Amino acid sequence: MRLLAGATQEARILAGGQSLMPMLNLRLAHPELLIDINPADQRQPSVALSNSGGLLRLPALTRHRVLLEHDLIRQHCPLLAEAVRHVGNVRVRNRGTIGGSLAHADPTSEIGCCALATGAQVVVRGPHGDRTVPVSELFAGYWSTTLAPAEIITDVLIPVARPRQGWSFQEMVRRTSDFAIVAVAVIVNLAERTGAIAAANVALAGVADRVVLADPGLTGSAASDAAIDAAAARIADTLEPADDVHASGAYRRRLARVLTARALREASTRAPSGDRA
Amino acid sequence: MNQCQITLIVNDRDYELWVAASDTLLDVLHDELGMADVRYGCGEGVCGTCTVLLDGEPVNGCLTLAVQAAGHQVTTMRGLLGPGEALHPLQECFLRRGASQCGFCTPGMVLTALDLVRRTGRPTREEIRYALVGNLCRCTGYTKILDAIEEYADL
Repeated sequence: MRLLAGATQEARILAGGQSLMPMLNLRLAHPELLIDINPADQRQPSVALSNSGGLLRLPALTRHRVLLEHDLIRQHCPLLAEAVRHVGNVRVRNRGTIGGSLAHADPTSEIGCCALATGAQVVVRGPHGDRTVPVSELFAGYWSTTLAPAEIITDVLIPVARPRQGWSFQEMVRRTSDFAIVAVAVIVNLAERTGAIAAANVALAGVADRVVLADPGLTGSAASDAAIDAAAARIADTLEPADDVHASGAYRRRLARVLTARALREASTRAPSGDRA
Repeated sequence: MNQCQITLIVNDRDYELWVAASDTLLDVLHDELGMADVRYGCGEGVCGTCTVLLDGEPVNGCLTLAVQAAGHQVTTMRGLLGPGEALHPLQECFLRRGASQCGFCTPGMVLTALDLVRRTGRPTREEIRYALVGNLCRCTGYTKILDAIEEYADL
């Protein structure tokens, strides 16, 4: 923190290094100061439930491999455990971290997508102490965040899955482990008695300059095929993805519609139906 | 450039070295220590030719700084050799199955596969395929590599 606050030139924080190191190797970034925050003994930080049991607290240096394998995460945030399968490869997952991934703010980030869909927050430490920032207010555009230069993410807080919750992660890539062309993360909560949709969060990657949240407008509706298809089409219509070398904007918008519908359907089916008679 | 003195433990041998703070582990292993089995491929962590084990886990040599590996156990493929440079059983399987052609990807393939088999025992063919998505081979078409790893897992 002292190094970061005292930096007079461009400083970058090195977490897992699986995005920043390629940028250094390819000369896309050239910070004057690189601050390595990895513990010298390579000790793994511990994932824990909050005292109330409502939040998962993941230290910023939690590696992707832990997200994939940890029992608490598989149980309380299965969406994230599933999505991390799509992140990088074995080596990248052994080093890459959840805090580093969010701070890197890649617009195709699977982890960013899940953080938005689950309503996660980050704990940020700066010269004036700690504050909590919802991930929905973290991203500012391509690879940039709303954090001040001397601030650093210390923890990620994820609300645990509720009893009547379903989830789905859908992604289209040209090659397994590559950057997503479009990815969609969905969380659906069903109402206690009626089984109608009480809340649905849709987060999309690869469709804008940052990962984005979209409102499917399904609250109170039954999770019917027609309602889901209409919601997916509405969301796709609000997006204006850019053309790039990997895919045209029109193709990305089409993917956003198809994957959103698929994800809403799977999430609704997955939500335990409870005492609906 | 900031120079640091570090001790790297590579294949159970200690090396006292002066390195630049910005040197990658790959730079030091390949260029300083002359280890030809750790190779520069893409520099982005995608191709797997610079794979080494850091405290037993596969990592990208090109995306790890040498100073980060100081004091930790680094294993390259040559570290798997037995007495008299005898091939590791997994390397024997690669040989028998014709899983190497030009050989450039082989060290990364072998180390990644070894980690997989250590962790999972007998991975399915699909699990092997998934574990190797980050190891590119431009010669074999992968089939022989999968065969070799399955044969080793069955030993």
